[in-house]
This record gives sequence, structure tokens and C-alpha cells, in this order.
Amino acid sequence: MAGRPSTLEELSLHDRHCMTAISRDDVAHLAHLARLAVTEQELDLFAGQLDVILASVAHVADVAADDIPPTTHAVPLTNITRPDVIGPSLHPQDVLAAAPAAEGGRFRVPRILNEPA
Amino acid sequence: MTGGSASFTSASAVEIAALIGAGEASAVEVTQAHLDRIESEDGALHAFLRVDTDGALSAAQAVDDRRAAGEPLGPLAGVPLALKDVVVTKGLETTSGSRILVGWIPPYDATITTRIKAAGIVILGKTNMDEFAMGSSTENSGFGPSHNPWDLDRIPGGSSGGSSAAVAGCLAPLGIGTDTGGSIRQPAAVTGLVGHKPTYGGVSRYGLIAFSSSLDQAGPFGRTVLDTALLHEAIAGHDPADSTSIPMPVPAVVAAACEGAGGDLSGLRIGVVRELGGQGFTDGYEPGVLSSVAAAIDVLAGLGAEIVEVSCPHFGYALAAYYLIAPSEASSNLARFDAVRYGLRVGDDGVRGLDEVMALTRQAGFGAEVKRRIMIGTYALSSGYYEAYYGQAQKVRTLISRDFAAAFESADVLVSPSTPTVAFPLGARTDDPLAMYAADLCTLPASLAGTPAISVPSGLSEGLPVGLQIMAPALADDRCYRVAAAVESALDSDRGHPLLHELPSRS
Repeated sequence: MAGRPSTLEELSLHDRHCMTAISRDDVAHLAHLARLAVTEQELDLFAGQLDVILASVAHVADVAADDIPPTTHAVPLTNITRPDVIGPSLHPQDVLAAAPAAEGGRFRVPRILNEPA
Repeated sequence: MTGGSASFTSASAVEIAALIGAGEASAVEVTQAHLDRIESEDGALHAFLRVDTDGALSAAQAVDDRRAAGEPLGPLAGVPLALKDVVVTKGLETTSGSRILVGWIPPYDATITTRIKAAGIVILGKTNMDEFAMGSSTENSGFGPSHNPWDLDRIPGGSSGGSSAAVAGCLAPLGIGTDTGGSIRQPAAVTGLVGHKPTYGGVSRYGLIAFSSSLDQAGPFGRTVLDTALLHEAIAGHDPADSTSIPMPVPAVVAAACEGAGGDLSGLRIGVVRELGGQGFTDGYEPGVLSSVAAAIDVLAGLGAEIVEVSCPHFGYALAAYYLIAPSEASSNLARFDAVRYGLRVGDDGVRGLDEVMALTRQAGFGAEVKRRIMIGTYALSSGYYEAYYGQAQKVRTLISRDFAAAFESADVLVSPSTPTVAFPLGARTDDPLAMYAADLCTLPASLAGTPAISVPSGLSEGLPVGLQIMAPALADDRCYRVAAAVESALDSDRGHPLLHELPSRS
């Protein structure tokens, strides 16, 4: 366990969180990436909260771990294969019954291209 | 036991199954008694999001019919259960505590739902939870919080707080929770229950609405260690439908609970984790919690266990690593709520495009904590930050697993408080996400390492329950149950009755 940042990368992270705050623009950008519409009030609220949370979790940089392999999963996984046996599937009607909009036996989606329908 | 609805609702699962098996009570009577109690008590507790009266009574009738036909019944046949709403149930609305899924009727059962039904266990309904299991109090539910039966102005823990309120409040003898960072153990601790997080992969995740896939694990709640172990065995085991499910036999947790209740722990080495409430690491821990846990450890020593102190220096980084890893996985998992295949759709006026409809739907359907975590995860995974945040958190995860491995060289199980405080008042932490996250301080290491851990009551502090956490190596879930049963048996015997008998509203 190291008390100080030990690489350039960690140092820059450490410094960034000592000096920089998450701005309303940063929140708006993140919300856009995550496909979340946000109100003006939410921009203010989340900017403050995300800043506090990120400053806290940036504490992971205090650990010297350059030569440590990452753990993606608690149980080491290799490819899982199984025989290609036909099993039961969901009936399309049952699946489409749960959709917000369905038409002609398919999911109906809003316009996906940049011109009006 | 002489029957009558009050005695059914205060009985253990083992007692109920015995009455039904012996023909001294019908499963329908038992189920009706619980439905009646839900009717009278759940207005105050709000443990259930929906009660499946017809489904419960017909499942109970099926058990009675099988018994009448002379068919063999399983050890929990006819016993009612409260099912967390993160678990999908065919034909029964499932929301995972989120407004975005209001009205969603799943077309299939989760594997654990299938196993519960196959065991003849009666599902009473779906319980409240923090939205998508993100929280420690149920206050992030899209449908209002649940209340702690010990004090209605306090939280029942979370995210599985509906199930803990239901079982502690005697609305059901058994409950199912899911635990990503502590969501079974912390609610069990603050309501005076037993709650176990199995080894990751020990219970199938097929049909759990995903929050953080490398951490999510379903497990049992009960009012006794033995009841909890029986439910564990009913739901656990390999499932080909979940590629992370472990293809190994289920640890013999029922036998371990019975052995532990015998009270002999000689030869067992118990490691007290210094970094979880030990000397120099008491910040944020209530003295009453620490003294209750210390007294329980003395009881274990009195049963012949050898107590050693162990150090796990990276546990102090578990909170930071978890609150990067879990939101990162959540931001990816929750991308599925795209307003196309299920759930809410907002703003589809024929003019707006898919991206805009998706954003408006997610704004309307997700609560504040879910939005925060999606944005934190999006940030942590974005290029330029990935290595410093997510990558570094995964390395810390490795170091935490190594701390466990080293500690288990000198101890067979590790112990700590389950959570640093007793149940806090509703509203006390809702404006401070970091204060809310601190409730997970003790439970996160086992989550990140994928190792099993149980919470068992150690006593009361200021009139509210305290939990002792017992952690074991992967696949050694039986050790958790053995030690928990030993503590339970010794403390019940010293006290003259189970802790839950001191619950003020009990009837």
C-alpha cells in the first residue's frame, strides 16, 4: 500500500482531483453519452454530487498497483461451450406484448435516421 | 404449536414445513395467515410492491394436493416466501424498483423462481428495493421506501429492504435478496435477520435484472440460520443458462448449520479483520456496534474457537474500487432500457428520433441515484479515464482478493461487523450519496472477491439490531453457516429467546 501516487498517470489523476471540479458542461456531456435528458436543476445538482463522488473514488490511485493484473471477475472464466441442442424459445407474441409499441409482428421504433418519417 | 394464524406467522420455516408435512396445517391455511398479516401490517411497512394473492393460494393448494396424493414433499414445501422484485416472475409484474419497468410482465421465470416453485415454496409477492438494487435503504425505490419493523422511522436496509422488512415483520418466514455490495447482509443486520451472500456463481443469475454482473449474487434471508440454509440449498447449484454459474456441488450448508448449532468450535481459527472496525480503524463505526460484535466474538472463543487478528491492508480501498466497478458495469447493463423492447416510452410523437425518445424515457423512468451511477460509470469508462479509474479499480480488486488469500492462511473464517451502524433514520442520508455508500464499508471486500459471507444477529445497540459478518473462502459457504449457527445458538441460549422476540411489534 502506497500513500502517494507513484506514476505520472496517477499523479495527473491525483492533481486533477485536487484542482478540477466537474462542471455543468461535463454533466451535460456525460448525460448525452448515456442518453439521459437532464433538466437545468439536475445539471446543478449532479455537478456537485458527481464531483464529490469522483474525488472520493479517485482514492484508488493511492494504491501502487502498476505490476498487478486486473481482476475482471471473481471467478476466472474461460469460454463456456455446450452442445448445440434446440431448446424452448419465447413466443414472439409474448415478447412483443411487453414492448411499448409493436406493429406487424415487430418492435416499432421511433425514427432512426435524420430525416422526418 | 397449536395452530392459529398468529402462530403460523411467527413460526420458523422448519416448523411450518413440519406442520404441513404432518397434516397438522394446510399450506393454504398457512398462506392465508400470511396474506392476512400482510393486509393488516404492510400499510405501515411497505415491504411488498405487489402481493400475488391468487398465485400464492394456488401454489399452496398444489402443495396440499400433492400431500393428499401421497407424493413426497421437499423440506420447505408450503412455506411462504417474499421475493425481491429484481427477480423475474413469469406473468407477474416485475419492476426492479424502477418506474421505467412499471407494467412489465416478464415472459419467463428466473432460474431461482423456477427452483422456488419446484420446491413447493409459496411466493407471496414481490418486495420493494432500491431502484435496480442501487442503495442501502430502499429510499431509492421508485415506489417509496420500506420501513424497519423495529422502528418505522428507520430504514430496513437495502437494497433488499422490502424482503428484510417482510421477514423481520413476520409477513413471510423466508425472503430472497440480491447482494452486489452488501444488499443482503446489511438489511439482514439492521433488521435482526440472518442473510447470506453465496459464493459468486453459487446461485444462478439467469433472470435477475442485471446491475453489476461481476458482483450480483442472489441469496436467502431467514429468521434462523437453519431456515436460511434450507432456502440456500433450494435455490443454489449449477445452471447452464448462466455461464458464470459454478459447475460444482452446492456446499452442505444445512448440515453445517446443524453441526454449528451443536456449539463446538474447537480447532476453528477465527480471524478478526483489523481494518474493519479494529484498533485504529474505528472511524464511522458506532461504539455500540463494535461492542456487540466484540461480545459475539467472545462467545465464539467460549465455544472453543481460536481468535486471531488479521490485517487486510487493501480493504480500505474497497469502497472506492466498488463505486467505480459497479457503476461502470451498471452504465453498460442499463443501456438495455432503450424504450424499444420493454418498459416505458416517452415522447414518441412521430417527430422525435430514437435518441431523443430514449433520453426522455430514461429521464422520466430512472431515479436520481441510477442517473448518478450511470454518469459515474460513463465517466470511468470513457477513453482517457479508463485506465486511471476502471483499470485501477480492477487492480485494487486483485489486491483485495490477495488480502483474503493471505488472511485465510491464518484463519478459517474472518469476522467483522456487517455494517458500521444500526439502522439510520429515513431521510438521514438521502442528500449525501457518500454517507449512504458508507453503509457498505464492511460488506464490499467479500463482494469484490466473490467470496461467501453471512450476517447473523449479535445483539442490540440502542434497542436496534446489530449484525456479525462471517466471511469464508470461495465455495466454503458451509463455514459461514456453521459459525453463524454456533453464535445464534449460544446467544439465544444466554438470552433465553431469539433476538426477534424483542421486536416491539411482534405478534
